[in-house]
Amino acid sequence: MGKLKTQSLQKRDSDLAQSNKQLDILSNGIFANGELPTFKDKISETSHFPLKAKKLEILQINVGYMCNQVCEHCHVDAGPDRKEIMTRETMQQILDVIKTTGAHTLDLTGGAPEMNPHFRWFVEEASKVGVKDFIVRSNLTIIRANKKYYDLPDFFKKYNIHVVSSMPHWTRGKTDKQRGEGVFDMSIKALQELNERGYGMPGSDLKLDLVYNPNGAYLPGDQTTMEKDFKKALMEDFGINFHSLFAITNLPIARFLDYLIASENYEDYMYALVEAYNPAAVENVMCTNTLSVSWDGYLFDCDFNQMLELPVNSKSKHISEYKEELLEGRNIVISQHCYGCTAGAGSSCQGVVA
Amino acid sequence: MSKTYYDPADLRKFGKISEWNQELGEKFFDYYGKVFEEGALTAREKSLIALAVAHTEQCPYCIDAYTKDGLQRGITKEEMMEALHVGAAIKSGATLVHGVQMMNKVNKLEM
Repeated sequence: MGKLKTQSLQKRDSDLAQSNKQLDILSNGIFANGELPTFKDKISETSHFPLKAKKLEILQINVGYMCNQVCEHCHVDAGPDRKEIMTRETMQQILDVIKTTGAHTLDLTGGAPEMNPHFRWFVEEASKVGVKDFIVRSNLTIIRANKKYYDLPDFFKKYNIHVVSSMPHWTRGKTDKQRGEGVFDMSIKALQELNERGYGMPGSDLKLDLVYNPNGAYLPGDQTTMEKDFKKALMEDFGINFHSLFAITNLPIARFLDYLIASENYEDYMYALVEAYNPAAVENVMCTNTLSVSWDGYLFDCDFNQMLELPVNSKSKHISEYKEELLEGRNIVISQHCYGCTAGAGSSCQGVVA
Repeated sequence: MSKTYYDPADLRKFGKISEWNQELGEKFFDYYGKVFEEGALTAREKSLIALAVAHTEQCPYCIDAYTKDGLQRGITKEEMMEALHVGAAIKSGATLVHGVQMMNKVNKLEM
């Protein structure tokens, strides 16, 4: 792969590497002077405050912030320089929880989850428990990044992993601009290898879904239309199959927030999110059925709250003291970034929600 | 008062035109919304037409709006620029086709 797109905010020693600085920006300016309503005020208008967790369906595990890519929009601020990696001990605690949880989906994310040295051991052990849907969020290029990862498609197949991969566009230019030079070609190669194993093929049980997120300060288009466009272009140009496309809105945190501010798009973007607020999306927003576990075992309402260091509002705060009954019905911790999940058709790690 | 005729932030206030004439404002926005729905033409095709017309009309608000709309739909820079050339070709063609009128007039007036 070519030159990395950028460096992590942490590596750059940026103020925005600190979550409290990000929360300051999201709470002040246009939200403090009354120009725009806070998320709390907005959901109160439709009687959705406090937002409450329902029955747990998805356990999302962030196994570390290390990544082989440094995408410009990354909400994790992931990159090769990040050293936060989940230990085997924490993974063991998670395995103990999986045995008793009512969640039907286990969702591994990162960083590049495959870069965690205990990744394969964890997948093997977790698959023995028998979760219904076992997702790995793979950035695709990792499969071609180093010889030691070349067998990942076979590994995924062996454990019937549901592969969910980022693909910002069906053209080289737009993809490389967001994710770094050479990412498009490597992603295409990785998708072809997954197809060869049966992943993403029509009627195949080996699930391969793609994630689309906009390449700048605008919201995603209609998910169904985008899926048709992606399918047509990837099939015509490269003979590639996949199952579903998830259109995900970029949330104004970490590197995407840094980009919005540097490009003077922050206010317009927040206006666009607020104007597109959809009460129907609030009903199904992912924090109400998901729990996010950080690399060091702490519990959050979602991966975004994890990055903003906003822990769950519950006595059960760490995987070592996990009690599902204490987490159900908890009040969700919110700030203005939450507008990203309620705009238009809504947005979640599984795509639109309304 | 603003010292320029156009302020990008005014685009967000477009809906406010209904405040001074609710009936006509609402009729306009209903019509506008209906026009851009998927029909015999796709919403994507309509977005490209709107982008080209936005340029021929030289409306800065419309250019901002339909450039963003195109990006949201995954329309590429190449497609956008091609659409603009269609608009530009019609504009220049419309100018030049009047040349026939000029030629007719010259032919009529000259001995």
